[in-house]
Amino acid sequence: MTQDEHKEGIKGMANPRRYGIERVAYWLMRLTGLGLLAYFIGHIYETSNILRGQVGWDEFLELTQTTEGHAILAIVIAMCVFHTVNGIRVMLGHGGIGVGKPARPDYPYDPASQNYRHKIGIYSAIVLAGIAMLYGLAVMFGE
Amino acid sequence: MRESTIMKIHYGTALAAVALVAVHILMRLTQGFAESLEYENVLANYKFIPYAGMLELILILLSVHGFNGLRVILLELKQGRIYEKAVSYGSLTAMIVLIAYGSRTIIMTNMGMV
Amino acid sequence: MAQVSGIADEKTSTPLSSSNTIILRISRFNPTHDDSSQFMEFTVPYERWTTVLEAILDVKKHFDHSVAVRYSCRQATCGSCGMMINGKPKLACFTKISELNSNVVTVEPMNNFPIIRDLAVKFERLFDTHQKIKPYLIRDDSELESDEREFLQSPEEVEQYIQFANCIKCGLCNSACPTMATDSSFVGPQALAQAYRYVADSRDKGKDSRLKIIDDSHGIWRCHFAGSCSQVCPKGVDPAMGIQLLRGYLLGFRS
Repeated sequence: MTQDEHKEGIKGMANPRRYGIERVAYWLMRLTGLGLLAYFIGHIYETSNILRGQVGWDEFLELTQTTEGHAILAIVIAMCVFHTVNGIRVMLGHGGIGVGKPARPDYPYDPASQNYRHKIGIYSAIVLAGIAMLYGLAVMFGE
Repeated sequence: MRESTIMKIHYGTALAAVALVAVHILMRLTQGFAESLEYENVLANYKFIPYAGMLELILILLSVHGFNGLRVILLELKQGRIYEKAVSYGSLTAMIVLIAYGSRTIIMTNMGMV
Repeated sequence: MAQVSGIADEKTSTPLSSSNTIILRISRFNPTHDDSSQFMEFTVPYERWTTVLEAILDVKKHFDHSVAVRYSCRQATCGSCGMMINGKPKLACFTKISELNSNVVTVEPMNNFPIIRDLAVKFERLFDTHQKIKPYLIRDDSELESDEREFLQSPEEVEQYIQFANCIKCGLCNSACPTMATDSSFVGPQALAQAYRYVADSRDKGKDSRLKIIDDSHGIWRCHFAGSCSQVCPKGVDPAMGIQLLRGYLLGFRS
């Protein structure tokens, strides 16, 4: 990105502030997507330890069934739930559902697509992610 | 491939993966989390063909969805004919490598080659 | 003969009712000889009704006439005075200083537009992307003959697209868009909303050709419904709504 184009660049794309909860949701969607992809690659690698038999599998469990391992898994649970719920909201939006109907605009020109339905969807995704994370922590640390 | 076709696949893999991953997670919870991760129980899961098939499906769906998402992010960060081709083919390659590696685990474990 | 030593004092017929002042920080940058932009600060008086544009013109008049700013109608009709005001793209003529709730007002050129000088930016990319989506009615019978009548439309048919026809090409949406922040090839919310304006117009028959244009790796699919474009649009065009409705055609939800 050259100075000539005066593009905001990554810091503009990654800045979740200034434009409301929808922009925060966009940013979280990217963050959770990348986090989940990293976890998925790690998960495929770590589960391949089953091919090393009982010894190899137990060695891997010693690494992951730790406090740090459980904490990371709790974060992964939260990311997964947020990405899923928000993803469904975004998919519905992409299909034109819940974005409002075209109408003659009038002052103060509030955008119909930034409505309470999608805001509730975003907040629900965040809340459900939190609940899922707490439930996951209860299950993992409760045993 | 047209971008609309790629995005339909992206949406389709997402919806399918949600259902299957939910089953995968529930399997860990019904048995008791720590108990479900014991070697014998995991081996039994892999040897049960419908479950192994489901794992294979999850592997393919999430690899496609995840690496396509990464491709989209990388395409938006930088543009140029060579870079875009590299990103597209790189994502496809990574997808295939991950599916191959994961499938190796599933197939070998299912066939008892541990 | 009296000697004039400075700028003549302005003689107003009504005294100013307020002694409020704000600090106006203006980004100054001349690409021909500056390496980077710098801010110049000016203390400017304002009233309850003073707009940011008026404050900038006050600076031009009394402090530094070289500040480059584009403006015209002063009533949010022409779309000329788009700029970053306290970090968000807004029309300077449509933004009152009093509604910013800040003692410091920072104005910068719009993001994602090349800078000509100071607050004035180049609009070539916006015009190019707008032109790309064919912003005109496409019909087989577009060659008017002597006995041609006007194309009839019911009020309901007009309601389907009139909102998107309100676009004044101010570029605030392109400035706010997170994809435009990094993607030089992205068509942009302004062009996509205008594509929908024509697709939704019952007089138009060019839907398929426009859908083919936007069905691209840097077309409509790089919109992720962040909604920032609609948040900043000063005319209620709501480009995000138009884009999602347009996407419905490509996904098969609409025909």
